[in-house]
Amino acid sequence: MSAVDGTRSEGGVREPPVLELRELGVNFAGRVGLVAGLLGRKSVDARAVDGVDLSLHRGEVLALAGESGCGKTTTARAIMGLLKPDRGQILFEGRPLGRNLRDYRRRVQMVFQDPTGSLNPRQTIYEIVAEGLRIHHITRGPNGETEEQLVARALSRAGLRPPERFFLLYPHELSGGQRQRVVIAGALALDPEVIVADEPVSNLDASVRGEILRLLLKLRDELQISILIVTHDLGLAWTVADRVAVMYLGRIVEIGPADDVLTKPLHPYTKALLDVVPEAGGIDRPILQGEPPDPTRVPPGCRFHPRCPEVASGRTKTSGVDDECHAEDLGLAELQSGRFAACHLARLIATGRAGGDTPTEREPADGQEKNSVS
Amino acid sequence: MSVLSVRDLRITYHTTAGGVPAVRGVDLEIDRGEVVGLAGESGCGKSTIAAAILRLLPAKTRIEGEISLNGEDVLEMKPGHLRTVRWTGASIIFQGAMHALNPVKRVGDQIAEAITTHHQAGEREALVRVGQLLEQVGLPPRRIADYPHELSGGQKQRVMIAMALACNPNLIIADEPTTALDVMVQAQVLALLKELQRELGLAMLFITHDLSVLVEVSDRLAIMYAGQIVEDGPAQDVFYRPAHPYTKALAGAFPEIGDQRFRRKPSGLGGDPPDPQRIPSGCPFHPRCPVAFDSCPTVEPRLFASGEGRRAACLLVEGALTGVRKDES
Repeated sequence: MSAVDGTRSEGGVREPPVLELRELGVNFAGRVGLVAGLLGRKSVDARAVDGVDLSLHRGEVLALAGESGCGKTTTARAIMGLLKPDRGQILFEGRPLGRNLRDYRRRVQMVFQDPTGSLNPRQTIYEIVAEGLRIHHITRGPNGETEEQLVARALSRAGLRPPERFFLLYPHELSGGQRQRVVIAGALALDPEVIVADEPVSNLDASVRGEILRLLLKLRDELQISILIVTHDLGLAWTVADRVAVMYLGRIVEIGPADDVLTKPLHPYTKALLDVVPEAGGIDRPILQGEPPDPTRVPPGCRFHPRCPEVASGRTKTSGVDDECHAEDLGLAELQSGRFAACHLARLIATGRAGGDTPTEREPADGQEKNSVS
Repeated sequence: MSVLSVRDLRITYHTTAGGVPAVRGVDLEIDRGEVVGLAGESGCGKSTIAAAILRLLPAKTRIEGEISLNGEDVLEMKPGHLRTVRWTGASIIFQGAMHALNPVKRVGDQIAEAITTHHQAGEREALVRVGQLLEQVGLPPRRIADYPHELSGGQKQRVMIAMALACNPNLIIADEPTTALDVMVQAQVLALLKELQRELGLAMLFITHDLSVLVEVSDRLAIMYAGQIVEDGPAQDVFYRPAHPYTKALAGAFPEIGDQRFRRKPSGLGGDPPDPQRIPSGCPFHPRCPVAFDSCPTVEPRLFASGEGRRAACLLVEGALTGVRKDES
C-alpha cells in the first residue's frame, strides 16, 4: 500500500477514492429441510462476497468481471445498500456509511441490466425521470432550475433529444436502447458522483451497445462521474474500463489497469477467462472444466486451486508452491506497480525467488490509473 | 448435393394489424460437413428461417420460395412425412434448454422418446443408444435417470444436443444454443458442438447474434438485416474484413482484446433496427449507415460479388469492385 494508496499519478495530488470497500462480506443464509434439521444437519451459509477490497476513484471507469455466481452483482447490490453486508465497511468519500443513506443514495446511482424491467410501464418518461427528484425533495436545481428543466437536462444528457418529445411517451413506445437511456437519465437527474451499472448493455442489441457505452464514457469525461461496470464480458471491459477487477468465488483475485490485466494477466483464472473469449480459430484452446464453484463450499487454501490449470499441470509442484496452494488462503499482493493478484505462483514469479516465504498479509485492492495509451 | 438449399425464401407473419414481412428473399446453401453461421440482431428474421426449415411456424404464416432438405422440398411435404423428417432429416437445438425439457420426465426417457417415436429402435435398444449419446456429449451415463432440475444449465444444454443427435440427422440447426449459458460453460458447449460436428460430418446452421461465437465455429457467415442477407462469405474474411457497413458495425460490437483500435472506443450505430412493418426504402440500412450517399434511399442493392466467394448488398461494393475490399478504419 502506501505509495499507491489513493494517489492519482497526475501531479501527485492525493485524493481519497470516492468509494471504497474494505473486507466486504455478504452471506446468504442456507436452509436445511425439516428431517435433515432434526437429524442434526446444520445449514451452510453461502459466502457470496467473501472479503472484497476495492476502491473507485473520481472519474474512473472500473470493470468488475467474473463468471455468474462469483459475487459481482452481490457486491454491486451491497454498494447500493440493497443488501446489508455481514462484514466489512463501505466508505463514501472517506466516511463509512451510517444509518442515514438518503444523501448517499442520491449521489450513488444504479443502472440495471434489463431496462424494460426497470421502468414502470404505466408512468410517462417524464414521471420516471422526475421520480428520483421528488423522492429526494428536490424542487429546484442548484442554479434555480425548475423540475421540468432538470428532467429535460437529464434526458438530453442521456442522448434523448429533443427531451420534450419524450416527456409524454410511455416505455413501450421506445426501443431497448432508448429505454436504457431513460434509466440512465433517471440516474443523471440526481447529479450523482457514482454510477453502478450492472451488465448495462447485455440485454441490448449488438449494434446499439456501443452507443450506450459511449454515453457512459462521455458522462465520465464531461461530468467526472465514477462508473463501476459489472460485466461478464471482458471485451466490453477492454472497450471502456480504466481498471479491471476479476472476481472468483466471492473475492477479487486480480486487479489492475485494463491494458495490463487483459493483455498480460497474472492470475491463472484471469488467463482462463481470457482464453474462452471467442475468437477465430480459437476453438482448440484449453477450457476450464467443471461448473462455476459453489459458494457454500469454499475450498481451503487458494480458492481457485481445484480448477487451477497450473496446479493440474504440476507447475506449482515444480515451483514448490503446491502446498501453499492447497493450504494457504492468500490475499491480494502488489506484484507490479498498480497491479495486484492473489496467486502463490504469480507471487513467486514476481519476486523471482524459488521457494522461500511469501507474504501473507492482506493488501488493499487499490491501484492507480495508469497513464495508458489510448 | 447440398444438405440444405433455400431459394428466394419469403416469410410473412399474419397479424391482426396485417402481414409482417420477417424474411424477404433469402438464399442459403449448406453442404455436407459445413457449418454456416447466420448472424443478425433480434427481429432480423434469423430464427424465422430456422423455424421455416422444419415448418414450425404458425399455420397462417405465408411462406414463399423453396426449401430443399436432402433434395426434398420441405414446403411440399405431407404432414406424416414431415414428422419423419423432423429429428431424422434435421433437428433443432433451441436457446432455452431449461424450458425445452419436460421437468417431470427423466432426461433419459425424453431422449429415448425421440428415438422410439421415429421407430428407430425398440425401447430397450433405445436406452442403450441414449447411454451412448450421453457419453458422446460428455455426460456420465448415470445421468440417464436424472430429472432436468438435477442438472446444471450446461448439462441440460448437453442433453438437448444428445436429443438433437438421437436420430442421426444430416443437418443440425442451432438457434442461440449458448446464449443463456455462462462464459466458461459456453466455451465448453461450443467446443463440444464443434467436435461432434467434425466427428460426425454434420451440416450445421448456427444462429446467434454473437458474431465472435460464429466466427469461431463457422466455415461461412451470412449477415442478416431487415429480413435479408446483406453479406456472406468465408467466416474469417467477413469478420475481419467486412465489406458491408452493417457487418463492420456489428463486428465492432465484439472487439478483440488487445486491439488498440477498440480501446476506450466503443463502436456502435445510431438508431435502432427497423420495424419489419416499416422497412425503409432503397437499402433498408441507409438511415443508420455512416457512409450512405444520395442513391441509397432509392436504389435497393442486390448482393454484389465483393471478393472470392463473397457477396455484399451495398452500392459502395458495386462501385469499388476490385477484389477484396480493404478495411479502412
